Amino acid sequence: MFKKGFTGTQKTKLKSSVQRALRTKITDQFPLLTPHIDELIPKKSQLDLIKAPDRISLYALGTDILFFQHHDDALFPHLRVVHRFPQCFPTLQIDRGAIRFVLSGAQLMCPGLTSPGARLPEREREVKAGTVVAIGAEGKGEACMVGLLKMDTEAIKSVNKGVGVETVHYLGDGLWRLDVD
Amino acid sequence: MADNNNNEEAGAAAPQEPQARIVLYCGVCTLPPEYCEFGSSAKKCKEWLEENHPDLVASVYNTEAVEAAMSHLTVDALARAEKAEQAAEKKAIKETAKAERELAKKLSSKIVLKRVERAKRKHVIVVTGLEAFGLDLKKVAKDFGKKFACGSSVTKGAAAGQDEIVVQGDLSDDILEYIEEKYPEVPVDNIEQVEEKKKKKSEGP
Repeated sequence: MFKKGFTGTQKTKLKSSVQRALRTKITDQFPLLTPHIDELIPKKSQLDLIKAPDRISLYALGTDILFFQHHDDALFPHLRVVHRFPQCFPTLQIDRGAIRFVLSGAQLMCPGLTSPGARLPEREREVKAGTVVAIGAEGKGEACMVGLLKMDTEAIKSVNKGVGVETVHYLGDGLWRLDVD
Repeated sequence: MADNNNNEEAGAAAPQEPQARIVLYCGVCTLPPEYCEFGSSAKKCKEWLEENHPDLVASVYNTEAVEAAMSHLTVDALARAEKAEQAAEKKAIKETAKAERELAKKLSSKIVLKRVERAKRKHVIVVTGLEAFGLDLKKVAKDFGKKFACGSSVTKGAAAGQDEIVVQGDLSDDILEYIEEKYPEVPVDNIEQVEEKKKKKSEGP
């Protein structure tokens, strides 16, 4: 989504009603984030909306982008948010060999998620397709990518072929490097 | 400090009260330091970390863990990994060379403030060469207009395909001063003031 760099156009203040709706949407989508929402978006704060190409909206607080979404799709957290609250997002882990490809923006293939160095949630805590997930990496503490799960995690284990997670935002991409002034 | 690192590495072991973790980012490539090795400026990143956070170097550049991870790969995969590693190295060298070239270009590129006569005793200043310093011409033009209360516009591909800013008013010296003050990344010595002579006037004494 952000493989190419881009320059954000104008920044507009978010209406308070829209901001309230956004808050509920965030807590709906990431229930684990509910206890921290006041820390992430303080009650009296003023969020900004930055419009990016291809109908992508970025929601920023001051100079930090917190969330972004395409048109009216699911909200994705910025990686810095994931780094701050890693326990609030469902996380998968990839093996070491896949890191390089992820950091150059490749789609995440199943074998990178099923090899010995990788980790998927157990059967009872299966994550369904269409969920927004954070991707960690073998031997690393921080997440390196935010993506959209394309297959149920159980299906990834059994099929083990094709695209498992669609890359949306990764370390060092256009959004990561975007400078908000 | 060492204990803190361990907490940071463990991720979930963050303290309970102010919940957000503070993550350190590399000053060179802006990634978390543990991902520096995959960037194009790995060497510089390491130097930066050694200088600014010497206590972290050992945990981030932990070769033992890497080797342990490599050991459970098959021979075939190992060979492939090595190949990829080499390719990445080559790429890194290329990138650094490119960055150096760009820097050299930046240092050698000139900014020209040209004074052009429009009507009798009326002048405009044509500024060229600012884009080499990564400045957004449109924004700069707007700033000039605001600062000097005059018309200021960007002409795309005017002379020799170069974009230029046209400032209406005889402001050559003021612009020079303003650039010097507002954009410290532009070396002052590279700014040149010239005057376009009318064709009628002949050169020389």
